[in-house]
Amino acid sequence: MELANIEKLIEKYLDAETTLQEETTLKNYFTEGSVAPHLQEYAYMFNYFATVKDETYTKTIELEPKKSKRINFKWLSVAASVMLLFSVFLGKQEYQRHQAKKQFEQISKGLRLLSSNFKKGENAVAGLYTYENTVNKILK
Amino acid sequence: MNQSDFLKVVLPFKDKVFRLAKRLLVSTEEAEDATQELYFKLWRSKEKITEYKNVEAFAMTMTKNYCYDRLKSKQASNLTLIHSNYKEKETSLDKKMEYQDSVNQVHQLIEKLPEQQKIIIQLRDVEQYDFEEICKMVDMKPTAVRVALSRARKTIREELIKKHNYGVS
Repeated sequence: MELANIEKLIEKYLDAETTLQEETTLKNYFTEGSVAPHLQEYAYMFNYFATVKDETYTKTIELEPKKSKRINFKWLSVAASVMLLFSVFLGKQEYQRHQAKKQFEQISKGLRLLSSNFKKGENAVAGLYTYENTVNKILK
Repeated sequence: MNQSDFLKVVLPFKDKVFRLAKRLLVSTEEAEDATQELYFKLWRSKEKITEYKNVEAFAMTMTKNYCYDRLKSKQASNLTLIHSNYKEKETSLDKKMEYQDSVNQVHQLIEKLPEQQKIIIQLRDVEQYDFEEICKMVDMKPTAVRVALSRARKTIREELIKKHNYGVS
């Protein structure tokens, strides 16, 4: 294509008035070698646009978010709730045992108190017996 | 709509989605994540897709919006600072290298453009959509699209000329 025509198209191109077809013409001109020196900057631009278009998305596209992650979370929550239940259960048992121990200690303390008081009474009674015995001896 | 029907409709434009995402998010990894995320979204709304006449335009709009959201979120804003996907400019006597440099320069110049112009130049000059489609994708009036595109093209050209004149003098 002759230079005058290209220059006209460039003018339109800068004003964003070219059609897609005209832009293809420009693209072909600027990417296929010999470019007039005063239009060199357009060659950079069009070559850049062409190279960028070659870039592709190479990874595979998944439609569902990775399942393993979700399942992991599910199982994690199940495990956590089981652990929680278990620890509550254990805690309750431990608490009951603790409570029972406390009760036992209280009761045994009470009994000990009772027994020691009984002993005091017994001693007193034993004193009474000795008293009675001596009285009996003397009286006899 | 089953899976194979769905894929038949949406797979042809996966590269375009990816390239648009990359244009906006810069990093390849981010763009790949965005593409994948977009396809999740499309698959989830697969019932609605059948109602759309132009699924591709719909997908591009979604991509644009998704990328905007990503850019707004903090995570992505950190990412934009680190990126360095384009090749470093090298000083080389080799003519061919110099040419390659100039081509890469275009990339950097586009990167400096406002987001809206980036999208439009990507859709028009790289993907070669016609104006009607672009208007739908970016939700703008045709005249506004033309103005933005013209501005983008002129900016790139002027910057290129500036750079090369510096090189000469």
